[in-house]
This record gives sequence, structure tokens and C-alpha cells, in this order.
Amino acid sequence: MKYMLLIHQGTTPLPGTPEWEGLSDEQKGAVYAGYQAVNETPGMTPGVQMASPDTATTVRVQDGRTLTTDGPFVDIKEAIGGYCFLEADDLDAAIELATKIPAASMGGAIEVRPLV
Amino acid sequence: MDAILDQAFREQRGRVLAALIGFLGDFDLAEEATQEAFAIAAERWPRDGAPTHPGTWLVTTARNRAIDRIRRDRTLAEKTRLLDVPEAVEDIMDDESTFPDERLELVFTCCHPALDTEAQVALTLRTLGGLSTPEIARAFLVAEPTMAQRLVRAKRKIKAAGIPFRVPPDHLLPDRLAAVLAVVYLIFNEGYSGRNHLAAEALRLGRALAELMPDEPEVHGLLAMMLMHDARRAARSRDGDLVLLADQDRSLWDSAQIAAGRAQLDRALALRGRGPYVVQAAIAALHLDEPRDMRQIAALYGELARLTDSPVVELSRAVAVAESDGPEAGLEIIDGLDLDDYRYLHSTRGELLRRLGRTAEARDAFSRALALVDDEAERRLLERRLQELGA
Repeated sequence: MKYMLLIHQGTTPLPGTPEWEGLSDEQKGAVYAGYQAVNETPGMTPGVQMASPDTATTVRVQDGRTLTTDGPFVDIKEAIGGYCFLEADDLDAAIELATKIPAASMGGAIEVRPLV
Repeated sequence: MDAILDQAFREQRGRVLAALIGFLGDFDLAEEATQEAFAIAAERWPRDGAPTHPGTWLVTTARNRAIDRIRRDRTLAEKTRLLDVPEAVEDIMDDESTFPDERLELVFTCCHPALDTEAQVALTLRTLGGLSTPEIARAFLVAEPTMAQRLVRAKRKIKAAGIPFRVPPDHLLPDRLAAVLAVVYLIFNEGYSGRNHLAAEALRLGRALAELMPDEPEVHGLLAMMLMHDARRAARSRDGDLVLLADQDRSLWDSAQIAAGRAQLDRALALRGRGPYVVQAAIAALHLDEPRDMRQIAALYGELARLTDSPVVELSRAVAVAESDGPEAGLEIIDGLDLDDYRYLHSTRGELLRRLGRTAEARDAFSRALALVDDEAERRLLERRLQELGA
């Protein structure tokens, strides 16, 4: 089975924000180490790093006119902060990996989507 | 022959379906093939006699039907996800052990936490319980198309999301088992207030789980508790009115079922079970004693409250404490609970206040309970209480 794991940041502190700076060096180190361990898991294809959702532009086309809005399609809190792909035996294996993504235990949530 | 067929259907359907789902990895195909096998049995068994091992016969027949079906579909569409179709087995296996019991795999799949609880309940009743979609819809008071849709979505998700068909590994088992037991208990509770066939279904599922997982104390605990509660069914209402335990006619209790319940509890305790279902079963057993040891019951509710952190359990403890140490002691616990929307909190308060002779407060409490009640028999019970208090 192939899965896409969509990382919803939620309230996860992001580098460059005061919340992130509020973490101890040890905590920051644990987050980096956590992502590294996830990325090195067999079957995992890491996603490309995304800039923060407040840099996003949302595009719609109505009656042939291009409408752009500043910001992500959903609320900043629900925006996608990252993604990766996983080849796993079954949903249990995908769930297990999702629990190891640091954002899952820092106020974010991981959406596990099977690919067809 | 009808009786043999009925029995085979009741006893074997879950096993046959589980084996087919395990083999095919597809719920719909497995359901169709199982149904077909039973239809063939209904036609052949009266004519040729029932096979020695009905279960094996049914699995083999269903399997061959499914393989034929896949072949036909493949010739038609030249594509299927089941690329290596096994050969149909022509000879009927004669050894019951060649047909593995995969009902546990099935129940863990149906109760996987990636499915919502309603879907888990519906799917468990549909596959292991053998209830039809209209029956499940009626039992849960939802429209038939809604229930059908719920089942279709759940089956589709199992396949598309890759929910595994297996008994979870040890590190996942405690949580997953809790989910399975919760589903069975939920079905039982739906059946507690009148819809008897659901309670019977929950008991059947409970017995099957106890047989399949003989070393899990909580499984025996749940079964013990259900057996003992259900044994009092006939005594629980009189002319449509609720009869509280203390006023029940004990001769209406099902003593054989109570004995079976106590045996399950003994088994759970021998396995050193101390989980929430075992504790609830122990409480149910103590409630059947005459006289009841309310101090012991209160202590076990205390243990259960610690395990579950539930204010509803604390309310039950308050009732037991009121019986052993007097109404004031019970009231003291109740007044510390944050359960203002719970009708039993108010009816219990009303009862304790009545015993203390605080009539006006008791009336207020019963009125609060009456405003929250939705069950007709309970409504009448509360109205009787209010009348007795001269309201």
C-alpha cells in the first residue's frame, strides 16, 4: 500500500517564530532528530520542504477570471505544513509512522491518505 | 433439515464469512459467495443429506463460487486486483481443521479505530452477527438507506485504506481489544432497554470472543457482566413499569445464566483480571447476593471510578455508600459531581433526600430528572415518586 501523510501543523511551533524560540535546545534537537528518524524509515519518501502557510497564495478561476487571495485555502491552523510518502504493509504500519512525526505530538495532526 | 440449515446458518455463518474475507480480501465478494453457498446448501442438503462437516463444506463451496465469479469477471474485464486466482478445489475437504477460524481477525478489522464507532457497530453486527442491513437499521432507529450507506462506506474504507485483516500484535492488542469489547458492550446496552435481540446478539458475540480469546480476562469479565445483567431481564419490568433491583421477584431471575456468569467471572479472576469489565462483573455478582454487601460494592465502585475516571461510576458508588453508611454520606458524594445534565443524578438525589425527609428538595430533584427523561417506563417511575411525595 502507498500512503501520503499530510502534516497539519495545528499549533506546532515552527522555526522562526517566538513559540519555537521558547523551546529549549534539547527540545529543538529532539524535533530535528525526530524528523530525521522518520525520513530514514524504510519505505519513506520525504516531501520537499514547504515555506510557511502565510506565504501561500490561493487561486480560483471564476467566469474565466483569475481570483487570487493572500494566504492558504483553509485557516492557517489547518494548513498543510508538510507531507511525505510511505510504502507500508497496511494502515497500522502507516499509523505507527504517523505517531512518530514530531508535529503529531506537538499540537498538529497527521492525515493518512491512501494513494490509488 | 430446515432445523439443520438454520443451525448451520446461525453457527457457521460468521466463521464461513471470516474465512472468505481472509481468503479474498474483499467484504462484498465474500458476503455474496457466503450467501450463495447457503443457498446451494438449502437446495442440496435436503436432497443429498447434510455433509459431515457443514462448515468446511460451506467454505469450500463459497470459495469455489467466488473463484468462478472472479474468473468470469476477469474474462469480462481482463483486469482484477486478485491476479493469482487459486484453483477451485473440487474435492470437499473432510477435516474441520483445514478451515481456519478467522473470526478474530474479522472482529478486529470491523472494530479498527480508523472506522468510526457507528460503523464498527454496524459492521460487526452485519458480518459476525449475521444481521441484515434492514435489521440493523431498525435496531438503531436509522433509515435503511442511511445504514446501507454506512456499511458501504466502512467496507470501502477497509479496502482503500489498507486496514489489516489480522489479530493485532501484542503492543497494539490492549487498545484494540478495548475497542472490540466497547462495541460488544454498546450492542448489549442498546438491547438492555427492550430490544432483546440485540442483547442476545451481544451475548453471542461475547461467548464467541471468550472462546476465541480464552486467556484474556477482560473478555470473560464482559461476558460475565452481560450474562448477569441479562439474567434479570424478566424481573426488570412489571406491566411495562420498571422494577428496581431491590424490589425484583428473584424467582424470575434466570439462575442457570447467573451461574454461567459467575463461572465466567471466576475464570477472569483466576486469570488475575482486574480491569474495568472484570470489576463491573464482580459488582454485578455482588448485586445478586442476598443480602447485598453494600460496603464491598461501594469499594469496588471506588476501584472502578479509579480505573475509568468516570463521574457516572462515582454516582453508582454514592448509591452504594448511601445504602451502607446512610443517605447523607451518599448525598455528599453526589453534590461533588459535575453531572448536571444526567437524569440519574437527579433521580438518585431525589431518592436520598426523600429518605432524609427533605420532601421539598426531593420533589425539586425528581422534577429535574423528569425534565431530562426520554424513556416512557422511567417517566412513569418518576411520576409515581412525585405523587408519593404529594406533588
